[in-house]
Amino acid sequence: MLRRAPGQYWMLVAMWVRSSLAYPASFLLMLVSQALITGTDFIAVLLMFSHLKSFGGFSLAEMALLYGTASMTLGLADLATGSVERIGQRIRSGDLDVWLIRPVPAFLQAVTDNFALRRLGRPLQALLVMVVALGNLQIDWTAPKVGLLAISLISGSVIFGAIFVLGAAFQFVSIDSAELANSFTYGGQQLTQYPLSIFGKNIVRAVTFVVPLAFVNYYPVLYVLDKPAPLGLPGWIGLLAPAVAVVMIALAALAWRGGLRRYRSTGS
Amino acid sequence: MGVYWAIAVRSFRRFSTYRIATLSGAFTNTVFGFIFCGVYLTLWHSSPGLGGYDVSDALTFVWLQQGLLAPIGIFGATTTMELGERVRTGEIAVDLYRPTQLMIWWLSVDAGRAWFQLLTRGGAPLLVGAIVFDLNFPSSVGQWLAVVVGLAFGILVSFGVRYLVALSGFWITDSRGLESLAMVLSLFFSGTILPLVVFPGWIGAVARATPWAATLQVPIDIWLGRNPGGTTSGLGFQLFWIVVLFLAGRLATVFATRKVVIAGG
Repeated sequence: MLRRAPGQYWMLVAMWVRSSLAYPASFLLMLVSQALITGTDFIAVLLMFSHLKSFGGFSLAEMALLYGTASMTLGLADLATGSVERIGQRIRSGDLDVWLIRPVPAFLQAVTDNFALRRLGRPLQALLVMVVALGNLQIDWTAPKVGLLAISLISGSVIFGAIFVLGAAFQFVSIDSAELANSFTYGGQQLTQYPLSIFGKNIVRAVTFVVPLAFVNYYPVLYVLDKPAPLGLPGWIGLLAPAVAVVMIALAALAWRGGLRRYRSTGS
Repeated sequence: MGVYWAIAVRSFRRFSTYRIATLSGAFTNTVFGFIFCGVYLTLWHSSPGLGGYDVSDALTFVWLQQGLLAPIGIFGATTTMELGERVRTGEIAVDLYRPTQLMIWWLSVDAGRAWFQLLTRGGAPLLVGAIVFDLNFPSSVGQWLAVVVGLAFGILVSFGVRYLVALSGFWITDSRGLESLAMVLSLFFSGTILPLVVFPGWIGAVARATPWAATLQVPIDIWLGRNPGGTTSGLGFQLFWIVVLFLAGRLATVFATRKVVIAGG
């Protein structure tokens, strides 16, 4: 069953993409406004730097790299799995019952539910910021640095994706709590776009050991920029990002299965 | 008049049934509040007195902002999105049969929603913020009164904009594109991404003149007693936009109604 999953995922995605492209002008407008909405966060950073030269020990270009990677990873996770947060609605309406009798795993149907290609707006603006940031930074590029930056974009997306799924799994328990997950997904992006040390030691501990948001981009970027890690952690801690992503997938898979096992139809 | 009051009361009750949704929303606002406090503390420590705010003004701004996002409808609000949906699907025709004013009907629905969200999503984060940080509160009865009026005006201005966006569906079939564009403007010019006092030079001047400034930034400045030119000028600015937007809304309603008759018969 697992072997067929990628094909089924693309089939469902392609279906929704075709439907969203049915009105090209409307789609383009939504793509652009999506990029603008998420881009306002970076404009806030630019406005801040009109008053200061360094923020928590980061220059504007360094902040831009931090912002770009945070926004890119959340954007990709949101694109691929963000729809899963609608599960509460699907439980309430009884649509989940229909999904369960189809020969495609309910999880695939949940993550592709109303797949919104316009969400590409965020990764696109993030890419732009990242390119400009990298062009303005003097980095002593080595193979591990290039590799880590590239891999952390994937592992960071996976960490955010797992958080999306964990939030959705929680909705099996508490159906109306879709917005709760926003604290960790959109809140996580908001947090990781800043140098985490400005939030104090306890927050850094929490996002390292409890909800591992610091591994999304902060530790990898510190490694790339040759900056020391906080809390006396070793400089190579960023290299652990892929391992953290694997642990998060396992947790999310467990939670999702647990949630689904617990599911009882609303009967409506 | 009694009809509209009844609609507002029922709208209030309707929103009060989504308890867990409201609670998780308030929780999210609180988390964002803490994140922004970390950011603003860094910002105001490196440039003290930025934009005429002291540190405690900046922190108060954060908690008021987080509490007011939902009631004012900075990201849009369920009620006006439903109106847009009804225009799109044609169900709006039913609304037009009713012996009531379309705009006042939806204003009542929105008012009930805003009042409920103000109590819950506004109150909870502010309470948490006030316990953890040293926040500023209005110091006189007069100032409290001005805050109440300023908040009500802010919601009215926001409704005025959202109503026009929803009605745009009569002309462009699908108001959702415009809805998201309106959200960009609202995020940028209301003081949501950063207080408008921090915007430099002409960008700040432009931002301060837009209707979105009247939704969030002005009520908060009235609370802080920081409105340039005083509280009265802040309220006057809001009132100006209410009059402009409501006249436009009234006109749009009249034209839209005529359009429906021509198209649908």
